[in-house]
Amino acid sequence: MKTIVGKVVVLGHQGVGKTSTVIRYVENSFSQHITPTVGASFFSCKLLIDDITVKLQIWDTAGQERFKAMAPMFYRNANAALIVFDITLRQSFESMQGWVFELKQNVDNPMVLCVVGNKSDLAKNRQVNRDEAIQYAKSIGATYHECSAMHDQGVGLVFDDVARGLIRLLGNSSDHNLKVYDSENIDNIMANSSELEATDTGKEETVNLSINSIAHGNTVKKCC
Amino acid sequence: MSSNLEVEPGAASESVLVTTDSFDNFDHMSSSLEEIKNLNALAENDSNVENSNVENFDEISENLSINNEEDDFVQSKEWACKNKHVFVLSMAGKPIYSRYGNEDKLAWLFGVMQTLVSFVQSNEDTIRSIHAGDTKFVFLIKKPLILVAVSRTQESVNQLCSQLNYVFNQIASVLTLTRLNKIYEQRQNYDLRRLLAGVERLIDHLLDFSEKEPSFTLGAVQCLSLASSVRDNISSAIVGACSKIKNLVFAILLANNKLITLVRMKKYCLHPADLHLIFNLVQASESLKTAESWTPLCLPRFDASGFLYGHVSYLAEDCQACLLLLTVERDVFFALSEAKQRIVEKLRRSNCLEAINESLSAKEETCIVAGFPELRHYLYKCKSTAQFYQPSLTPPYTKYNERLTKLYKRAHNLLHCSTRPLKLLFEKNSDEAILAWDTRGFELYVVFEPLIDTNSAINSVGRLLNWIKKREEKLFHLNAPTF
Ligand SMILES: Nc1nc2c(ncn2[C@@H]2O[C@H](COP(=O)(O)OP(=O)(O)OP(=O)(O)O)[C@@H](O)[C@H]2O)c(=O)[nH]1
Ligand SMILES: [Mg+2]
Repeated sequence: MKTIVGKVVVLGHQGVGKTSTVIRYVENSFSQHITPTVGASFFSCKLLIDDITVKLQIWDTAGQERFKAMAPMFYRNANAALIVFDITLRQSFESMQGWVFELKQNVDNPMVLCVVGNKSDLAKNRQVNRDEAIQYAKSIGATYHECSAMHDQGVGLVFDDVARGLIRLLGNSSDHNLKVYDSENIDNIMANSSELEATDTGKEETVNLSINSIAHGNTVKKCC
Repeated sequence: MSSNLEVEPGAASESVLVTTDSFDNFDHMSSSLEEIKNLNALAENDSNVENSNVENFDEISENLSINNEEDDFVQSKEWACKNKHVFVLSMAGKPIYSRYGNEDKLAWLFGVMQTLVSFVQSNEDTIRSIHAGDTKFVFLIKKPLILVAVSRTQESVNQLCSQLNYVFNQIASVLTLTRLNKIYEQRQNYDLRRLLAGVERLIDHLLDFSEKEPSFTLGAVQCLSLASSVRDNISSAIVGACSKIKNLVFAILLANNKLITLVRMKKYCLHPADLHLIFNLVQASESLKTAESWTPLCLPRFDASGFLYGHVSYLAEDCQACLLLLTVERDVFFALSEAKQRIVEKLRRSNCLEAINESLSAKEETCIVAGFPELRHYLYKCKSTAQFYQPSLTPPYTKYNERLTKLYKRAHNLLHCSTRPLKLLFEKNSDEAILAWDTRGFELYVVFEPLIDTNSAINSVGRLLNWIKKREEKLFHLNAPTF
């Protein structure tokens, strides 16, 4: 039996429901009063698809503009990206395209892309046509899902789709950086986390972004 | 009046917190980040790639739909009657923040404020405050921003100024001062609101917080009461788990607005004003409870020029204390995540989680329980450690907390006003009596029953200081552990 460990980054405009969607999936809960994400939050979960265990390490990023410079830290090594917009907010659909552009520019290794239109419970206030979203997703080689984190509709399918995409990626491409273990015991893999870390940091260094440049795009100078 | 104590309660040979009195300026701003990085200069020659997506100075031409409700609000009596307005604008007069109402609807007002400031500046002077009836207009010019408070509260100009300073620090904390300056060097007319999207929430929360919490007035931090052995165990669990991690600058454990412990890199201290910003962030961000987070964070008093990175998490489902591990490294999330696991395991084994929970659920003793029936409430601040202690509230202040806050702020101002600061104050009115005392080592503010006479008040204060002294190990963080 095989275990795949895949890194997933969740991107999208602020307030579209990235955190709500992840929490709906990972913990099966929802809160109206959730506050905006600070920086990025880390979640993990596992799925069983056919007889392959897929472990997802999810980076749920903050949509606020001020955290934008941090995003490369999370998408550089990702194996999959969930790009989320709010179907009731046209602007969030458009800013999603900015994210896709950035990914295409900066990520070389193959990646599973998944476009998610959230808040489908508010379909009566829809500002983004479903067909348009499907068209767009197709044009960038992504799948498209609509879901409602609030009403728990379609969220499971999103993650299922990501997991299946990762399995396909493993079969189809040679330059993926997915980790594969021939073990049943996922806990052993977790215990062996120094390995995770090595990859996380190792890759990071090659992109040559220091705290200075990631933080504010230039060298820290002493001021005043 | 004198106390018979040799050393004031809560004093320690080395403090975990910086204890300078000046809260206002970055004048003594350290560039600690540079130092730490240079120490570890593995000659990583960063070619500083300017990421063009990152700094896109084009303003969004979001046509803000004119919303009549908003229009009505800023013209309403309700808006005009707010006790304290706070505004932030750029030197060019561009609106950045308004505590109440949409800034866009207040463009005229921002214009007036900018004109006033630049008019006075053109005469090589600085506008500080305007007094009109019971309303104070306080200006704080912190290039490249102008901050203004319009207040009908009884707070002094200094106190209002300190709040404005906090607002400025909050903004610097999310952007860094360096970036803030750079933005305006490049474009004087920049609309900062795009970059501050979501930060209004933090500023709103900070203002409410700074109005209510004595810690802001006192420039100090309250610790969670814990047996000193427990606090030491917690500190050493943190030190043990983190000792191999390089460039960890601070580890902060807090719960319910109180500090449990603070472990720091040798040589570096944390300023209470920075710690207040951290408390504010944690309190305002419920989302931190759901998962481990990784976030850049600038502590303006520590180093306004750059970011630290923080691993932020709550200890456990069954122990709602928040742990922040702050480092200068941007890619050590997983190492810190493991360290956190080790810390939690150790704390669980040594029953420290239980001890934290116990202290959280058992409130501080009230004055009556502590054997001081004539006392209603007090604030004791040890100056050398920037820590303070207060008992639990009792009636009538459980209901009229605001009145108590006002009393303290007034007394604090009388002890700290720049013209004629008092050393000792004793006042009585029909509702209560207050004694405030500023010594070299501590500040004390005590609220008594209204009928108390001077002698008994002085007597109580002496006994109270002894009571605190006896419990200082529990009420204060006296050791200053380092990695
Ligand atoms: N009606 C509806 N509201 C939702 C749904 N999902 C999320 N929300 C609400 O949208 C708001 C924002 O949700 P978050 O999950 O915090 O959004 P986010 O994308 O993580 O936001 P940032 O972390 O700031 O980028 C919250 O008030 C949620 O309750 C949904 O499916 N339907
Ligand atoms: Mg979020």
